[in-house]
Amino acid sequence: MKHVLVGAMGTEMIAPYVLEYTYRRSVGPVLGRFLAALREARVEGARTHSGKVIVPPTEYDPDSGEAVADMVEVGQVGVVTAWAWMGEPMRNQPLDKPFAWALVKLDGADTAMLHAVDAGSPERMASGMRVRIRWRQQREGSIRDIECFEPEAA
Amino acid sequence: MADPIKVVKIPIHLDFQVLAGRDYARFLTAIAEGRFVGRRCPSCKKVYVPPRGACPTCAVVMGEEVPVADRGCVTTFCVVNVPYEGQTMKLPYVYASNLLDGADIPFPHLITGIEAKDVRMGLRVKADWLPAAERKPTMESVRWFTPTGEPDAPYDSYKDHL
Repeated sequence: MKHVLVGAMGTEMIAPYVLEYTYRRSVGPVLGRFLAALREARVEGARTHSGKVIVPPTEYDPDSGEAVADMVEVGQVGVVTAWAWMGEPMRNQPLDKPFAWALVKLDGADTAMLHAVDAGSPERMASGMRVRIRWRQQREGSIRDIECFEPEAA
Repeated sequence: MADPIKVVKIPIHLDFQVLAGRDYARFLTAIAEGRFVGRRCPSCKKVYVPPRGACPTCAVVMGEEVPVADRGCVTTFCVVNVPYEGQTMKLPYVYASNLLDGADIPFPHLITGIEAKDVRMGLRVKADWLPAAERKPTMESVRWFTPTGEPDAPYDSYKDHL
């Protein structure tokens, strides 16, 4: 721990401390397929035996516990179901200017997924608004292949 | 479609600014000067090293600052044999709770200068300081603790501090 002596009395000590884990994790066949589709600028969800489409996909139906039936493609535009404004973005967040965290239910999905909406200002955000995916140019099979969402009207 | 993705990187990175606080700052200032200090609880009379503002057992404001020796004995210890991410010490190495003379709470630090298999409860050890010119207000000013060569401390002298 490095030290820096600060404070008017010279008695305050503040030191920077970085806690870092360079995790890598295996994703399994369902997420593996979801991420591969993102690389191709498509979104897939898991369909349960009861017909519910879960995005991002889970391996099991959260209601019944059964394995999901298959994977289906969903739309690239959806509805904001909830949002919160991030006025001071932190490092590594989707955008480096103020944005909205939002839950977005893509057309064809029965669940909402978390991502960022580049609305410009909180006045332009509203639950119920339609947003579409802005794909990243270089994609690698990551949730970040979706750079963010933007208002459909824009 | 192309092959599914198998592995993703999920790095975690947290940037903290840690404020030492008054007591820990005084402790580190003393460390830079080559000495240990603690504080005594006015209720249970125990000397805590490093010092803190309130007694963790009695929940009262700590009393006077007291000097504590830079030597004492090993109470409990562990021998690290398994490599881990971020490891800097060569294996095996020993980390011990050292009861410094004058303190009631053991102080954790590395033990060197002795084979891991020979470390034992009661082993008398002393701090190995960096030269004065290199010391700073950080625990890195104490490299480790090494055996003094004195006879082992009797169990009764530290059994209530385990």
